[in-house]
Amino acid sequence: MKFKSQKVAYWFFALSMLLLTLQLVYGFIMGFAHMGYDGLHDFIPFNTARAVHTNLLVVWLLSGFMGAAYYIIPEESEHELVNVKLAYIQLITLAIVGVIAIIGYHFNYWEGRKFLEIPRPLDWLVVANVLTFLGIILATLYKGKKRTTTALVMTMGLVFAALLYLPGMIWFDNQTMDSFFRWWVVHLWVEGVWELIMGGILAYLLIKITGVDREVIEKWLYVIVGLTFISGILGTGHHYYYIGAPKYWLLIGGIFSALEPLAFLAMALFALAMYRKGEKNHPNKLALNWTLGTAIVSFVGAGLLGLAHTMPQVNLYTHGTLVTAMHGHLAFWGAYGMIVLAIITYSMPNMTGRKLYNTVNGSLAFWLSNIGMIGMTVAFGVAGVAQVYMERIMGVEFGDVQKEIQIHFAILIICATMFSVGIGLFIYEFLRYGQPNDEALIKE
Amino acid sequence: MLSKSQARAFFLGGTILTFAVFIGLSWHTLSIEVPKKTNEQNLTQQVINGKHLWEANNCMGCHTILGEGAYYAPELTKAYERRGEAYIKAALMSKEPWSPRGRKMVAYAFSEQDANDLTAFLKWIGETDLNGFPAKPKYKSTVNPSK
Repeated sequence: MKFKSQKVAYWFFALSMLLLTLQLVYGFIMGFAHMGYDGLHDFIPFNTARAVHTNLLVVWLLSGFMGAAYYIIPEESEHELVNVKLAYIQLITLAIVGVIAIIGYHFNYWEGRKFLEIPRPLDWLVVANVLTFLGIILATLYKGKKRTTTALVMTMGLVFAALLYLPGMIWFDNQTMDSFFRWWVVHLWVEGVWELIMGGILAYLLIKITGVDREVIEKWLYVIVGLTFISGILGTGHHYYYIGAPKYWLLIGGIFSALEPLAFLAMALFALAMYRKGEKNHPNKLALNWTLGTAIVSFVGAGLLGLAHTMPQVNLYTHGTLVTAMHGHLAFWGAYGMIVLAIITYSMPNMTGRKLYNTVNGSLAFWLSNIGMIGMTVAFGVAGVAQVYMERIMGVEFGDVQKEIQIHFAILIICATMFSVGIGLFIYEFLRYGQPNDEALIKE
Repeated sequence: MLSKSQARAFFLGGTILTFAVFIGLSWHTLSIEVPKKTNEQNLTQQVINGKHLWEANNCMGCHTILGEGAYYAPELTKAYERRGEAYIKAALMSKEPWSPRGRKMVAYAFSEQDANDLTAFLKWIGETDLNGFPAKPKYKSTVNPSK
């Protein structure tokens, strides 16, 4: 760690870990409900668990991204964060808004639009919070000595993510229009601007860990984010096939969605090539695992498994089934969950000064969480494909199909347990590092 | 070999071009096509009230509509056509959790008026032209031969 203010990142990462833990709890509630054990129905009905599960995901990832930005931007711009106190206030308000939203979901206080359940009055607090965050980051960049491509790409991602939240706050009488703009937020986030944030963090980690020349890494970063946008923006069309939009989206969405895996493939190849090219003497091997892992798993989860059901003729049958959950889990984990865990793994020794490199627990955390998540993906996939054939092709009643596929949720829960043990070990290691301290500062 | 400035030009050029096409198509979709395909003339105040109720109770947290939502309960876009008004209203007004095949729905116990609004919303959305979704099953079910 080179700048005192980078320590703020620790608390964002801590919030992130807390919310991730809660997210797992609600995931289990849903898994058991799918198996037929819905004992909590009267207190936490499925729609509550679902809203909490997905919103916690979004907030822990955002908290992780913010922490990453607070850690990376001072170092890239060679300037302390302009206002550390404000960053702490921003952290606390983020936590408060999140907690109010989640408690609200237990009392029917929400707006039932998938991923955007935060009610509109609270949306304004989110906007204020994100503006504060962006203000600190942009002012730091402005005052900094350097403006690197890595920092700019990451910041661009964060600014666009904030702007794209706005179309989701408009009310539409027409459900189709509502849905149309909801995807401007959700799709253009995860298959667009979030990839800029991810790409920025990935480039930073590769520069630090492999020691490959910045110019080379940043050149390829441009190519990758270019591919992301070229395929991802018009790829939004795959959400417009069957919601009341015209037929030309089947063609456009189909073609550009087919290109979407290329961006992820490029990212995976890029990370592996930089690793092979670079020095292999960085002591933090676990950070390298997570960095290469995120590039590879995102290609499989977001790229390939996405492609598995974005062809219009396939999607006609899989749209709105558990097949989506299959893709969603590995995609979010690979692309965004793992990149947050990568930057945490990289930055913790630097912030705390404790060199807990390459511990057994840390390795187990990596492998158990990944194998567990892949197992969960397979379980969702089997349940989803079975559902598609029985319900959509054979015409069996929804409820009968759900009974037939219950057993796959038992497998899901076993794999989810393995995943949770991995995450538990990761958090145990996180706690073992203790808090950041100024003795970890490196004088140049 | 590709230089960094060429890579940046590729990124900026590609982004601006695809974004411009996307905005153009979105404008065409929303201003010309969606009103026709969704029968916007039928979007009455009652339907809009129904949409408010749909959102206020996070129905999408269990069901899908237009194929979007959660996968815990049936897809509802064609619920009106499939079940009819009486069945839907019974489910919405029930004071006990509605659970035809064991899986429970929250017992909302809606008033008659709210149930009518939500039913109107489902009726309206069922008439939307969805480019063939949901596809008709290819086989006649042997599990429920009565259907």
